[in-house]
Amino acid sequence: MTADRTVAVVGAFEHPTRYAPDKSDFQLLQECAAGALHDAGLSPSDVDGLCTLATANWGGDLSDPGPNRMADYLNVDPVFVDTTYVGGASVQFQVRRAAMAIRAGLSKVVLIMYGARPRSNQRTQGVAAGTAVLASRGVSALRATAESFEDIYGVTTLGTFAMMAARHMHLYGTTEEQLADVSVAVRSHAALNPQARYRDLLAVEDVLGSRMVSSPLRILNCCVITDGGGALVLAGADVARNVRKPPVWLIGSGEALTRGDGGYGDWLDTGLRRAARTAFDEAGVKHADVDTVQIYDATAFHVIQHLEDLGFCEIGQGGAFVAGGSRIRLGGELPVNTDGGGLSSNHVITRGIFVVIEAVRQLRRECADRQVNEARVAIASAVGGGGPGGQAYRRSASALILARD
Amino acid sequence: MNSEWKRSLPAISPETRPYWEACRERRLVIQRCHECDKYQTYYRAFCCHCWSSVVEDVTVDGEGTVWAFTIAYQNRTPGWEDFVPYVLAAVELKEGVKLMTNIINCPPDDVRVGMPVRVTFVDATDEVTLPYFEPNR
Repeated sequence: MTADRTVAVVGAFEHPTRYAPDKSDFQLLQECAAGALHDAGLSPSDVDGLCTLATANWGGDLSDPGPNRMADYLNVDPVFVDTTYVGGASVQFQVRRAAMAIRAGLSKVVLIMYGARPRSNQRTQGVAAGTAVLASRGVSALRATAESFEDIYGVTTLGTFAMMAARHMHLYGTTEEQLADVSVAVRSHAALNPQARYRDLLAVEDVLGSRMVSSPLRILNCCVITDGGGALVLAGADVARNVRKPPVWLIGSGEALTRGDGGYGDWLDTGLRRAARTAFDEAGVKHADVDTVQIYDATAFHVIQHLEDLGFCEIGQGGAFVAGGSRIRLGGELPVNTDGGGLSSNHVITRGIFVVIEAVRQLRRECADRQVNEARVAIASAVGGGGPGGQAYRRSASALILARD
Repeated sequence: MNSEWKRSLPAISPETRPYWEACRERRLVIQRCHECDKYQTYYRAFCCHCWSSVVEDVTVDGEGTVWAFTIAYQNRTPGWEDFVPYVLAAVELKEGVKLMTNIINCPPDDVRVGMPVRVTFVDATDEVTLPYFEPNR
């Protein structure tokens, strides 16, 4: 491997909470930041780059512009700032921008924070991610372009995911049992993660017997709704060689957007194929070199589609790849979502930061009972979208490839 | 007319007004570009394929097939909670372009990918008529 080892994740922290009704988003983010800096053995005064997102659009109390308010609250002095928002893959896009800034010499230590409290907010404000328009815009406040051509039909985020799963089933013969196999396998990993939201083992029949949310997706095919957050600290090689933990190098990254192409577009194209090609080309690794994949699993179907898009199997073969679950479980040839994923552990409006954190923990071999043996190379992938309708064809995709020395 | 319409209504801008005015006349309009001849959905002031500003409205017969669908059993958006289950679908028109819609006038469990459908219209308010699709038997 000849990959670039100039930027590393030197600090990573996932907040242990899954329900934080008595904290502000500011507090939650500060605790995440403190956790990641402590993990790196760095102090707030070392931070000269800041990436974060406002939470007000999801009912949170951190309004735009998020970086200004957080830099002031934390009392830090960044000279590089990014608040890229492209839906669920936003943190991954920010990781890529932070790496560019470090490589360009614009910043030495970048702190990336993400957190929100949708589980608390859905009780107090009726915010229900996944099957409702978020926050207060409600039913009568659609925009003329393009929402009014989509959301008048009751488009939900899970509804668009379900349509894509149904199309995949129609084209390739993917089955509800294969979706259940994903949920069962990921839950078996959550059982090994003391912080996971749900830890009781599932059987395929439990999943197939759970209530239908949006066909063919059942409640146990859908991610949890949790309060929570996390933070990452990125730095260049000079810093990375002198911190507490072994560096985890960002050796490849890629991103892409998709579009409707005026109605001609293929809505099954998530953009992740292009993002993954860019990332693999940069990293100079082969698929056989990858020890574990952390996938943003908003639903079980995402695992099937990401494995195809990342190139671990042919397009259309994702269902067969996950069938029975043995390949993607710990001990299998490609363990996926070893922390329990969004399906069972943690999903806070978006999940982009947690897939990176789990990849880092695996490569540092900090994962105790759920550790992938000899993990050296990991992928973190995420696909997000612009609003419920946008999940069909206005998507953003990111693939990050990480490696230890 | 339905003065009790509780579900989402479109916002209408000067750019998109011709589409919604055609709907009031129970016509489904897509656009075709004079420069590159391609169609487009959703309604825009220019051709998204070649950026020509010369696009014409084409009233189509609204026949197509179900490209993908889901039966939604849960939608907690105010106004939608009592409407479930409903069929959210992508329909591909004969002209080759897709649009988002609901399949109505059909038991949800009877909908299939590839099923022939055609446009139908529902008056939501005195001012707004919405296009939907139903089985094309």
